[in-house]
Amino acid sequence: MNEVDFLLWVKGSAFNIALFIFMAGLVLRLFEILSLGRKVNYAVPKGDPMQGGLREIFRRFGTDKATFQRSMITIVVGYVFHIGLFVVIFLLAAHVEVFKSVMGFGWPNLSTPVVDAFAVVTMIALVVVLIHRLQHPVKRFLSSPGDYVAWAVTFVPLLTGYMAYHHLLLSPQMMLGLHILSVEVLLIVFPFTKLMHTFTVFLSRWYNGASMGLRGVKS
Amino acid sequence: MSTLTLERGINAFKAQIDAPMASFFSSCVSCGMCADACLFYTENPEPRFTPIYKLEPLRRVWEQEYTLIGKLKAKLGLSKPVTDAELAEWQELVYNNCSLCGRCTLICPVGNDITYMIRRMREGMVASGHAPGGLIGASTRAVQIGSPMGVKLPALQAQVRHLEKSSGLTVPFDQEGAEYLLMLSSMEIMNYPEYLGAVAKILTNAGKTWTLSSECFEATNSGIQIGSSDIARELVSRVVAAAEKLKVKTVISPECGHAYTALRWEGPNLIGRPYTFAAKHIVEVLDELRAEGLLQTEGFEESKLTFHDPCQLVRRGGVVEQPRNLLNMVAKNFVEMADHGTLNWCCGAGGGVSANEDAEEVKLKAFQRKKKQLDELHVDTLVTACANCRIQLEEGMEVNQMDIPVLGLTEMIAEHLVERKGGAA
Repeated sequence: MNEVDFLLWVKGSAFNIALFIFMAGLVLRLFEILSLGRKVNYAVPKGDPMQGGLREIFRRFGTDKATFQRSMITIVVGYVFHIGLFVVIFLLAAHVEVFKSVMGFGWPNLSTPVVDAFAVVTMIALVVVLIHRLQHPVKRFLSSPGDYVAWAVTFVPLLTGYMAYHHLLLSPQMMLGLHILSVEVLLIVFPFTKLMHTFTVFLSRWYNGASMGLRGVKS
Repeated sequence: MSTLTLERGINAFKAQIDAPMASFFSSCVSCGMCADACLFYTENPEPRFTPIYKLEPLRRVWEQEYTLIGKLKAKLGLSKPVTDAELAEWQELVYNNCSLCGRCTLICPVGNDITYMIRRMREGMVASGHAPGGLIGASTRAVQIGSPMGVKLPALQAQVRHLEKSSGLTVPFDQEGAEYLLMLSSMEIMNYPEYLGAVAKILTNAGKTWTLSSECFEATNSGIQIGSSDIARELVSRVVAAAEKLKVKTVISPECGHAYTALRWEGPNLIGRPYTFAAKHIVEVLDELRAEGLLQTEGFEESKLTFHDPCQLVRRGGVVEQPRNLLNMVAKNFVEMADHGTLNWCCGAGGGVSANEDAEEVKLKAFQRKKKQLDELHVDTLVTACANCRIQLEEGMEVNQMDIPVLGLTEMIAEHLVERKGGAA
């Protein structure tokens, strides 16, 4: 397989397979979670669970001052790389084109040099996140191989995308192929790793918030 | 009772796992922020005291039983099953080092209700025979005698006689059709009998009908603490039976945090139906009386005081404003701790920790968090609304040579009560 064949393959059948596994995996994982159900709650509610659920979905984007001070690196760097990932994934012109071809519609993009800057910041933030994880006694202790896999499959697409754009190391075509392949790996493992929190975070916040709402707990 | 085994424990874990738990386990990104939210970690910073880690055996059962990947890994021998030795090791984490205070649940950025899961995990710990002896003893006494401290009706009757004699108040027993059924905690009967006197004075003065039940006076629920729904159901059923027999409108949960959780939130689910009466914490009742103009006070406390929020009231019960409304009636120099209300730090002895002899040392370590909060304030008096918090706070201050008296909110209000003309007192 030469470079061109490789690029065609990753853009073609490999991409379709990865996308299928990603979508099927998402459906399976959400089914695995939701099908477990919940027991009926007979306690007389003090407040509205729905309101509590929605409130917590938004409230947990922020934090109280003391918690912020205690977990500053986690929160600040966490925000930086999450925003960075959002910008890079969804606002790069080339990526919007991919979404357009898959979903049938697109949206405005940022200029590529701007997204490029975001990519650099995001990669730096992810490296900081990794170092912090390896050095922080609690994080290091809690981390399973899955946590490092999730980190790696997020980082490699950023790196290969950056290298392809800047024509580093390999030919741009080869690097682009590797970039797309790394995204396919990301898509395939996504539903089965910690990356799934992208979706379940809203579910978790809602469940917790619904319980708080029911009990009349306002945070 | 059948033998407690690992298999029964694992089955109990499986029975507890629901959609919220599966979502919580799926969402955890091992950020470690729950460690900083937990006083058992901050005051004793060993990584294994991180709240989410306390759930590791339960998480593995979830993964191995309820996810495709987990099942595949188990088939291929890539995951290790939960062992009895592990659960034995986890007893220290799940009981000694967790007061079910709910602070991790409030702080978790992805929204995981870790406290809910630890409460559920304890069901499997009981079923596998890994509950602490102190809690087994308390639960056994609660079921057999009616009180975790072994307090029997004659002890309460003696306190009541003493109270009636000294105050001239009448303390009714088994009065059918009364508006309120007053429940107590053994701690109040034995250590803080002034609580009963205070409530008697306030309710009588408000012109309310109220009663104790000779069949059931204990509101605390060791079943909730140890994590046995069977025991919890038996204990809460007694309260429900007494309340329904006496046809009361409202059952008053005492100055106790987890009794409120047991009666208000878990009770209806344990018996599988809604109550025919309302369940309220005494502080909620007092605040309602205040709002109705049936609770008037005079004079103010001179001392600088602060309020320790019982965790089960604020974070698990939504009772935040009521104690403050009441305190402001009688205190001009009321100051708040830096973290208060829903963010308050636990006393260190809730959720069964106080009844667990294995946790004697760790609960005093955990108290250091409260000490730090109090040291910042320089208050003369600490007020709270939970007898269990109160005894822990008193013990912690004694050990740390802090000279701050701890008072119950209800007593403080009763001391300032203005006699109403319409009241019976």
